[in-house]
Amino acid sequence: MTTPIVQDRDRARESLRTMWRIRRFEEAVEDLYGRGLMHGTMHLSIGQEAVPTAACQALNRDDYITSTHRGHGHCIAKGADLERMMAELLAKETGYCRGRGGSMHIADTETGNLGANGIVAGGVPIAAGAALSAKLRGTGQVALAFHGDGAMGEGAWHEGVVLAAMWQLPVVFLCENNLYGMSMSSERAFNLPQLSDRAKGYGIPGVTVDGNDLQAVYDVTAEAVERARNGGGPTFIEAKTYRWRGHSKSDKNLYRTREEIDEWRLKDPIVRFELETVEAGTLSEADLEAVRDEVRTELRGAVQRANAAPDARPDDLLASVYAEVGA
Amino acid sequence: MSTELTGQQSLPLAKAINAGLRQAMLDDEKVLLLGEDIGPLGGVFRVTEGLHAEFGGNRVLDTPLAESGIIGSAIGLAMRGYRPVCEIQFDGFIYPGFDQITSQLAKLTNRHQGSQAFPVVIRVPYGGHIGAVEHHQESPEAYFAHTAGLRVLSPSTPHDGYWMIQEAIRSNDPVMFFEPKSRYWPKGVVDFDANRTPTHASRVVRTGTDVTVVGHGAMVSVLLQAAEIAEQEGTSIEVVDLRSLSPVDYAPLVASVSKTGRLVVAQEAPQHVSLGSEIAATIAERCYYSLEAPVLRVSGFDTPFPPAKVESIYLPDADRVLEAVDRALAY
Ligand SMILES: Cc1ncc(C[n+]2csc(CCOP(=O)(O)OP(=O)(O)O)c2C)c(N)n1
Ligand SMILES: [Mg+2]
Repeated sequence: MTTPIVQDRDRARESLRTMWRIRRFEEAVEDLYGRGLMHGTMHLSIGQEAVPTAACQALNRDDYITSTHRGHGHCIAKGADLERMMAELLAKETGYCRGRGGSMHIADTETGNLGANGIVAGGVPIAAGAALSAKLRGTGQVALAFHGDGAMGEGAWHEGVVLAAMWQLPVVFLCENNLYGMSMSSERAFNLPQLSDRAKGYGIPGVTVDGNDLQAVYDVTAEAVERARNGGGPTFIEAKTYRWRGHSKSDKNLYRTREEIDEWRLKDPIVRFELETVEAGTLSEADLEAVRDEVRTELRGAVQRANAAPDARPDDLLASVYAEVGA
Repeated sequence: MSTELTGQQSLPLAKAINAGLRQAMLDDEKVLLLGEDIGPLGGVFRVTEGLHAEFGGNRVLDTPLAESGIIGSAIGLAMRGYRPVCEIQFDGFIYPGFDQITSQLAKLTNRHQGSQAFPVVIRVPYGGHIGAVEHHQESPEAYFAHTAGLRVLSPSTPHDGYWMIQEAIRSNDPVMFFEPKSRYWPKGVVDFDANRTPTHASRVVRTGTDVTVVGHGAMVSVLLQAAEIAEQEGTSIEVVDLRSLSPVDYAPLVASVSKTGRLVVAQEAPQHVSLGSEIAATIAERCYYSLEAPVLRVSGFDTPFPPAKVESIYLPDADRVLEAVDRALAY
């Protein structure tokens, strides 16, 4: 049994740092959109930071993830560079996809991030494919597909899981159940007490976990990753969490109550983990402050440098549509 | 309760389609709506706003995220006497439902040899100009116009939105109803007492003598703007609004080109194997002896939809249309 993260000074600091990087990144994005300096659409995962932070700690750097429209957290937790992400969102040449993708389409193959996705459930079968490649190549790598609760209505989700179960692929399907797919509550959409009940029907193990409990998410993901790496096939994980912000820019929150939002804000995964580390005597208030300051400084620099980078150039829009130039 | 709309009113397209849907639901209790977030939320573009409150959850059904399921179940409903109207949230989300549309819906009338009708309407907000990204600004209408068995419509004004959605619902054929989302908000006069124009009819929306330009959906307002500018420069442009993309009503277009001798086809969609290409080819065949210049096309680029910051370069604007008009006139 490894030391719990909350008692391990380095890993506790690292976890907090990642969660703050996600939160501060998204707050900066929100601000930039609000001031009209960023364009397009964006989806914030504020309130859900513990899930990607814990899950990616259970992965190796060369393991794969696929991500979603609400993917900043996945990207950051897998190790992306904040400046290049910010540049991507600001449509700059220095962005991960040279500013062509924006918030919903960041990919960073160097850290194993095979890409965010504007199509709900689009990444699920892609993760199965990446896992199949690892199996065929015998590399021992694992793929993890982040997806939302709403994604579980899509045919692509079903087909991806069916393939993975049949071929016993080294893949983890990690559902961030934030209780809604846009305005549709997951309770209503799926008619299941817990979404992990569905795993049985696919012949794979399924587990539900408190998504705001960093340690708990880490534990179940680590177990699933180990099983996958050892040839035990796929696992489905439901991590229950909550998005504090609206679905996207224009959400008036008509489908949920102020009380519900406030209730979940009290379950802030970052505050919770900070308290746990202080109570465990692992980190001091001063340590916490230091992490926050460090992230604040890092982010300010990232935003400044990204802003100063050259804009995505329209003149060669045609240049990378095909791999073979002149096709 | 069933307040009939009369007279004229200035409305944005989104509200006009909303009024048309409401009228269709009042006229026929078999009309029902299905889609993601279309109930209490009223859809992401609020086109179904208020309809759930008025008609209830058995007429306005919120679905899970399942485009294939939405369209497939609409087919089943249609087979048992309903007239389902599906909403797809954005153009780029039609593809998970593509199989049900092209493999099933489009072919079933023929399979049943007319013994069974499939009055399914699929509403799709489409096109650019709203500063979103790929999957959210696309123009996929050619895929459907290419598929026999589907009718494909696209209104360009609030007036047409109000009437064409009702005609689409009344049609016994499956209808892909493409709503130019950038036109959802500007207002236009809707005449609630108008005589119904057959939906498949294309229409001359501005008369001119030198060059004909044709387009559909959001493109039409760009073409009218171009015609306005050209007039100040002494060029007289005739503008044709296609309205129906499949089948295409060629008669007004042929008459127009026979008069002007020149045609520019404009569209937001990428050019390769597009609707505009089909129209250009057909006019080249039918108007060979009247043409003074080759038919020219102005289109989006053959790329995925670009980021918001450069969409204005991708999307044809009045300048690009006028540049083509000048080229046509130079022959
Ligand atoms: C195929 C497809 N259908 C619809 C949409 C529009 N849409 C984007 S996100 C979303 C809700 C997704 O819910 P969930 O999977 O729970 O993720 P969450 O937004 O809660 O993170 C919807 C309906 C889409 N992007 N792709
Ligand atoms: Mg959700």
